[in-house]
Amino acid sequence: MVKIIIKNLKFWYGKKQVLDDINLLIENKKITALIGPSGCGKSTLLRCMNRMNDLISSSKIEGNLIYNNKDIHKDYEDVSILRKQIGMVFQKPNPFPMSIFENVSYGLRAAGIKDKEILKKIVEESLKRADLWDEVKDRLDSSAFSLSGGQQQRLCITRALAINPDVILLDEPCSALDPIATAKIEKLLIKLKDEMTIIIVTHNMHQARRISDKTIYMLDGKVIEYSETKSLFVKPKNKLTKDYINGEFG
Amino acid sequence: MVKEKTKEKFYFNIFRICMLFTIFILGFILLYVIINGYKVINFRFLTTMWNHQDITQGGIFPAIFGSILLGIGISIISIPIGICTAIYISEYAKENYFTNMVKISIRNLAGVPSVVYGLFGLAFFVFLLNLGTSLIAASLTLGCMTLPWIITSSEESIKSVPNSFREASIALGATKWQTIKKVVVPSSLGGMLTGSILGISRAVGETAPIIMVGATFYISYLPTSPTDKFMALPYHLFILATQHSSPDAKAYALGTALVLISLTFIMNLGIFIIRYKLRKKKEW
Ligand SMILES: Nc1ncnc2c1ncn2[C@@H]1O[C@H](COP(=O)(O)OP(=O)(O)OP(=O)(O)O)[C@@H](O)[C@H]1O
Ligand SMILES: [Mg+2]
Repeated sequence: MVKIIIKNLKFWYGKKQVLDDINLLIENKKITALIGPSGCGKSTLLRCMNRMNDLISSSKIEGNLIYNNKDIHKDYEDVSILRKQIGMVFQKPNPFPMSIFENVSYGLRAAGIKDKEILKKIVEESLKRADLWDEVKDRLDSSAFSLSGGQQQRLCITRALAINPDVILLDEPCSALDPIATAKIEKLLIKLKDEMTIIIVTHNMHQARRISDKTIYMLDGKVIEYSETKSLFVKPKNKLTKDYINGEFG
Repeated sequence: MVKEKTKEKFYFNIFRICMLFTIFILGFILLYVIINGYKVINFRFLTTMWNHQDITQGGIFPAIFGSILLGIGISIISIPIGICTAIYISEYAKENYFTNMVKISIRNLAGVPSVVYGLFGLAFFVFLLNLGTSLIAASLTLGCMTLPWIITSSEESIKSVPNSFREASIALGATKWQTIKKVVVPSSLGGMLTGSILGISRAVGETAPIIMVGATFYISYLPTSPTDKFMALPYHLFILATQHSSPDAKAYALGTALVLISLTFIMNLGIFIIRYKLRKKKEW
């Protein structure tokens, strides 16, 4: 089943074209990895999907992104509804300067949920889903900055999970973390895959190979190759993909 | 190597001399005021009405009271407007020619001499709006003067909130207003209040503008309405130091100066406490 359809997507920052005619079908309840050299437009593509690029006034977009039979740019009068369904986790852990509890409940409170009991319940559930509960249950009221970098990033994932998204976008979520913290996040993502669609940008080929079902290779704003992760890494169809992977691995 | 070391020592000493010079001037002013002013300070001096016939028989309570009222008046007028303007400029306003012009104008206004604000206050609040020379006219005039200071310092404070906080909030489905209310303002409030209080303590020390729009050297009653005239510490001090014939005037001027400095000091202490309380949260 297809979750997001991307049709003839083009994107500009000012006069500079960053995405050129992207066509993709993102599959439901799978992990899709997005790889490619720095500056090829991975983050930009990801940020088109939850309309984070709306914040950049000079940007221009053409083409369609279809999510649940709705055009992301045209059919969502209230963009916050879209962003509640398509969550995002950023490269650098960015918890708010608030307590752990307030961080996790932020999205719920923004959605207008005030009932303390409900908030408590969902915060606990979300932290358990993210396997963070045992580490923080005794200090929900302490600052999120008291957590380690890896825990902070898992808190950011928890925060996104709390509003129960359908799709979750991750932009190099492990690039600031050590291998152990990275392994924990990878494990978590594989577990979450049963419930939601995951798209992850990564510079780490090994990571893409370990966790993803499908992989997209991008270069200069174009999709060069999109296929099953196994076949893309084992026998890439395109020579450019091959060069990139070989450069990275050998 | 040796040459580099002597060079380093040389520059290091220049910096040190500059610092010592600053400390010397500050220390000198403070000591001068304290040594010469403390003698006149007593309970009566701080709490009783001014006695125009024999200044040793009265106190400067009306001036203290007037300055405090003025400070409150300025705060009410300039803090909310200043902070809201700064939020609008840095969070909502689109980057364009008009916004830039507004920003530049505000920065320029911050440098306009206070006496010019006095003139404006006299023409606009006192005469045109017919408020007369009064506490409200003085509060509005000094409020206008403080506004650009508060706006610029609040803008800086808002700018120092990392963009990643805003992005995280928006990505969780929060609206722009929710983001501002729940993330941007709490993170920058300490800086905004610091800038505001600093601006207000400077404004309360102003003399020139309040002479033009409402302060008076002597009234026999405390102001009870915003349209009353009022006494204020800086103006009181100015008259005592330059125009008063009593042989005790100089000592009383210095005593008044000491009270004014203490008032400023108390406000700065307030800033210190706010900073301390908000610092725990601010650890990015
Ligand atoms: N806000 C912006 N304004 C203008 N140009 C931008 C902006 N953000 C990104 N770009 C440019 O768009 C191009 C694509 O950027 P993008 O961040 O999508 O690349 P990326 O593939 O995510 O790179 P990286 O792997 O380094 O994160 C780059 O050339 C970048 O300089
Ligand atoms: Mg990127």
